[in-house]
Amino acid sequence: LASDKLDEDTWEEIEDTLVTSDVGVTSASQIVDNLRTKVKVLGSRGADEVRGLLREELLTQINPDLDRVVRTEPHGTRPAVVMVVGVNGTGKTTSCGKLARVLVGDGRSVVLGAADTFRAAAADQLETWGSRVGAPVVRKDEGADPASVAFDTVARASDGDDRADTVIIDTAGRLHTKTGLMDELGKVKRVVEKKSQVDEVLLVLDATTGQNGLKQARVFAEVVNITGIVLTKLDGTAKGGIIIQVQRELGVPVKLVGLGEGPDDLAPFDPETFVDAILE
Amino acid sequence: MFETLSDRLTSVFTSLRGKGRLSEEDINSTAREIRLALLEADVALPVVRDFIARVKERARGDEVANTRNPAQQVINIINEELVQILGGETREIRFATKTPPTVIMLAGLQGTGKTTLAGKLGKWLAGERNTPVLVAADLQRPNAVTQLQVVGERANVPVFAPQPGNGVGDPVEVARESIEHARHNNHNVVIIDTAGRLGVDSEMMQQAADIRDAVEPDEILFVVDAMVGQDAVNTAQAFLDGVGYDAVALTKLDGDARGGAALSIRHITGRPIMFASTGEKLEDFDLFHPDRMASRILDM
Ligand SMILES: Nc1nc2c(ncn2[C@@H]2O[C@H](COP(=O)(O)OP(=O)(O)OP(=O)(O)O)[C@@H](O)[C@H]2O)c(=O)[nH]1
Ligand SMILES: Nc1nc2c(ncn2[C@@H]2O[C@H](COP(=O)(O)OP(=O)(O)OP(=O)(O)O)[C@@H](O)[C@H]2O)c(=O)[nH]1
Ligand SMILES: [K+]
Ligand SMILES: [Mg+2]
Ligand SMILES: [Mg+2]
Repeated sequence: LASDKLDEDTWEEIEDTLVTSDVGVTSASQIVDNLRTKVKVLGSRGADEVRGLLREELLTQINPDLDRVVRTEPHGTRPAVVMVVGVNGTGKTTSCGKLARVLVGDGRSVVLGAADTFRAAAADQLETWGSRVGAPVVRKDEGADPASVAFDTVARASDGDDRADTVIIDTAGRLHTKTGLMDELGKVKRVVEKKSQVDEVLLVLDATTGQNGLKQARVFAEVVNITGIVLTKLDGTAKGGIIIQVQRELGVPVKLVGLGEGPDDLAPFDPETFVDAILE
Repeated sequence: MFETLSDRLTSVFTSLRGKGRLSEEDINSTAREIRLALLEADVALPVVRDFIARVKERARGDEVANTRNPAQQVINIINEELVQILGGETREIRFATKTPPTVIMLAGLQGTGKTTLAGKLGKWLAGERNTPVLVAADLQRPNAVTQLQVVGERANVPVFAPQPGNGVGDPVEVARESIEHARHNNHNVVIIDTAGRLGVDSEMMQQAADIRDAVEPDEILFVVDAMVGQDAVNTAQAFLDGVGYDAVALTKLDGDARGGAALSIRHITGRPIMFASTGEKLEDFDLFHPDRMASRILDM
C-alpha cells in the first residue's frame, strides 16, 4: 500500500498480500470485495485509511469473540482429557509437551499418553518431553493398539497414586485421506469415552500448509469432532492464513500457536498479532 | 459443476469451437481461470504470474488460431508448459566420480520427512547393490537419533550415531567423522539426516552450511512437504541461499494436496525434483515423474 491513490493496483496488491499468506484466492477476493464496498460507503480515500479498514475486516473474519479457552480443568475427581490429532509432522508431539509444560507450570498434574505406537521412536520422543516438563508418560510396545494406550492413560490418571488433573493424548500423524487410519482415530476417541468424556480434541495445523489445510480440518472435524486448532511453526515466514477459511467454515477456533521448538514456545492465539503478521 | 481446470476452460471456450483466433477477452478469461486453478493448487503467486504470461503469449499465436478446438489446444499448451517447468526427464543420483563414498545430505523445514526419507533412500540404494550408511546428524529434535536408529533397523541399513543427541554432540563433527567411518567400513554411500530448520534461523542455516563444508556432498536434497502453501518460495530461496541444494524431494504425495510447490520450487530455483515420497512406509518411494505431477497440479 505504497501509493496514496486507490487504483486497481492497490486492490490487487491487497489481494496479493492475502493470497501469499495462504488465505486462499476465493477468500481473498471476497475480503477485497467487502473492503471495496466499505471504502465506497465510507468514502475513504487514503491508503492508510484502507489499511486500517483491511485490518478491521480481517479481524472480523477471524472473529475475536470466539471462545478460545482450552478445557483442561478437572471435573471433580475426573481428569480433563485432551486429544491431539493431525496429519504427519505438524507438531503434535511437541505441542503435547509444550501444553503439559504450561499446565505443570500452573501447578497442575499431567499424564501424557503415547498413543502413537506406529512412528519410529514416537513414544521415546514423548517421553523426552515428559521428563523435560515433569509429566509421566503411559506407553506400550511399538505396534500396540493406540486405543488401549489412550484408555490406559485415562484410567491411570483417574484413580490411585497417579491421579492427575489433565490427560494429554498424543496420536500418530495420519493423512485425512487414509480412511483406515481415520477410522482408527475415531476408535481411539470412542474407547476413551468409555472411561471419560473427552474435553478437547485439538487439531494441529502447520502454518506452512496451503489450501490442503481446509481439507484436513474438514475430515478431522467429521471423524473426531475437533474443538480447537493449534497453529504451529508460526516462528517461520509462513502466515497460516488458511485458518481463516477453517474457522469460518467449521466454526472451530484457533486456540494456541506454536512459536518454536522449545518447551515455552506455545502461546494463546491472538487475533491481532495474527492479522498484523499478515499485513506487515 | 466445473470441478477441474479442463472443465472450466472447456466452458469458457464452448462458443468458440472452430471460430479461429481467440479474442483478447477470451484470452483474459482463460488467464483468470488458469490463475484460479494454479492458486488453488498452492502454486506460488510470482510463479503463477510468469506462467500465465507464457501461456497468454502462446494462446495469441498461430498454434491456437489454426485449430478446430482452441480449448483443447490451450489445455495442451498449459500441460506442455507445466511439464517443461517441472523438468522434462527424471533426474538420477550423481554418484561420486573420484573417491567413494558418495555423500547425500538431506535438509529442510521441520517435520517435512527427512528422517523417513533417509531410511527410504537407504533401503532403495541397498536394493541397487550399494552399501549405504545413515548418519544421525540431527542432535536437536527429541529422539531424532533413536528415530533414525529404528528407521535404519526397519530398512536393514546400518546407522552411524556416535552422539546421543537431545542437545548433546556436535552435528558437524558427526558428519565429518561419518566419512572416515564409511571408508573404513566399505559404505559406498553416506546419507546424512539433519535437523529441521527454518529459513529465517540464521544460526541453524549456518550449521547446515558447516555440515556441507565438512563433507562436501555429491547431492544435497531439499526435502519439501507437498502440502506446503505460498511459503514454499521463501523457504526454497532461503535454503538455496543458506546451504544450497542440487535437487528436491517432495514428500507426503500420498495425500490429496495438489502439490503446487513442485512447480513453484522448480521454477524459482531451477533445481529438479528427484524423488517422490508417497507414504510412511519405507517402500513408499518413487522417482519423480514430471508428467504425472502436471496433471495432478491442474487436476487434468
Ligand atoms: N519452528 C518450529 N518447529 C516446530 C514447532 N512445533 C513443532 N516443531 C518441530 O516440528 C517437527 C515435528 O514435530 P513433532 O511434534 O514431532 O510433529 P508430530 O505432528 O508429532 O509428527 P508425527 O507424529 O510424525 O506426525 C519437530 O522437529 C519439532 O521440533 C513450532 O511451533 N515451530
Ligand atoms: N503420509 C506420509 N507421511 C510421511 C511421508 N514421509 C514422512 N512422513 C511422516 O511425516 C512425519 C515426519 O517425518 P520425519 O521423517 O520425522 O520428518 P523430519 O523432516 O525428519 O522431521 P524433523 O526431523 O522433526 O524436522 C512422520 O510421521 C513420518 O512418518 C510421506 O511421504 N507420506
Ligand atoms: K510467521
Ligand atoms: Mg508425533
Ligand atoms: Mg528428522
